[in-house]
Amino acid sequence: MTRLAATAHAMTQSAESHGFLSPTGVEIAFLLVGLLTFGAALVTVTTRQLVHAALWLVVALGGLAVEYLLLTAEFIAWVQVLIYVGSVVVLLLFGLMLTKAPIGRSPDADSGNRWAALTVAVAAAAALVWVVVDAFRTTWIDLDGPAAGSTEVTGASLFQNWVLPFEALSVLLLAALVGAIVLSRKAKAESSSPPVNSRAGSGGSPSVPDSRNHPIEGTRPAAPAESRTAAHPEEPADHQKPDPAHDPADAGTTTEQEGAR
Amino acid sequence: MHLAYPAVLSALLFCTGVYGVLARRNAILVLMSVELMLNAVNLNLVAFDVWLSRTAEETLHSGQALTLFTVAIAAAEIGIGLAIVLAVYRNRGTSHIDKLRDTAEGHGPDDTDPSLPDSDALAAEQAEKAEAST
Repeated sequence: MTRLAATAHAMTQSAESHGFLSPTGVEIAFLLVGLLTFGAALVTVTTRQLVHAALWLVVALGGLAVEYLLLTAEFIAWVQVLIYVGSVVVLLLFGLMLTKAPIGRSPDADSGNRWAALTVAVAAAAALVWVVVDAFRTTWIDLDGPAAGSTEVTGASLFQNWVLPFEALSVLLLAALVGAIVLSRKAKAESSSPPVNSRAGSGGSPSVPDSRNHPIEGTRPAAPAESRTAAHPEEPADHQKPDPAHDPADAGTTTEQEGAR
Repeated sequence: MHLAYPAVLSALLFCTGVYGVLARRNAILVLMSVELMLNAVNLNLVAFDVWLSRTAEETLHSGQALTLFTVAIAAAEIGIGLAIVLAVYRNRGTSHIDKLRDTAEGHGPDDTDPSLPDSDALAAEQAEKAEAST
């Protein structure tokens, strides 16, 4: 809190010392929302409750959307609300749930080098703020007139001057989509097999590709696999796993193997 | 509006993100801090684009176009990053980046001994990946 007050004092002092004695309403609103955003960002990186960190990140990103609105960049503001608050935070919350993050306070949220990190961050902040204030002390943004970032202006410039990067960006998004599907699909195929097989060395690895493309081979070896499991219940998992990896017989077989182990 | 307001706020948000990346232990919290840093860059781009669109002759609105590109790249980054974190969690059972030090040099036998089956699983996964790519 003291740091926030010091920051606010430094910001107002820097504005006043350069002859800007009467800040406009837009500047006051920007300052207040900026304080809210910065405070939410600080809580995000310092709280020990992981889900609260994601929720404070929503406050920080929403505050940034309001800052974009105050800077008359309307389209960027709504894109910020839609993509960041709408999807990125939801993805982060899904990630927290899927990695079984603790709900309450987790004492090991910060690593041991937090004081070194604090030193680096404060030094970088001091250097950046000093350089920025010193460089732009006599620069004002003219916010009057038509909005600089309305949907019409942004769309016209995006589809007149930035068409080729836009299309390249669509290819990048497609590549990211395919990459995410490949990564999570492999994890899913591996999690469907019992974790005992995954550490079985070289014998365990052929089981995963076979269980991956089981719609192709899935129908054929079901009945022989069942008869074989009935015949040899103590057969090692390396030879049984490729065949019955995809049937109702699979559940009984794997639990039987784990029970045998 | 004085240009120092958004520039100072952007610098402070960026340094907050730097602190989060360096000090956090959970990989998803590190991703959140990376998002903060990307948003600081976005705020800088928007502020300087609004400033330059009134002072310069023709700026192509490059700041706001680059902001849109940064947002899209950040969305792709968070998707890939979360997929990687989930894959690591399923292989290792943890998402704490302090414990993922198999490639560290000075901490050889102490840290790799309890995680030998995990490294075997990783080797098997790599072999399977090579097999799938051929």
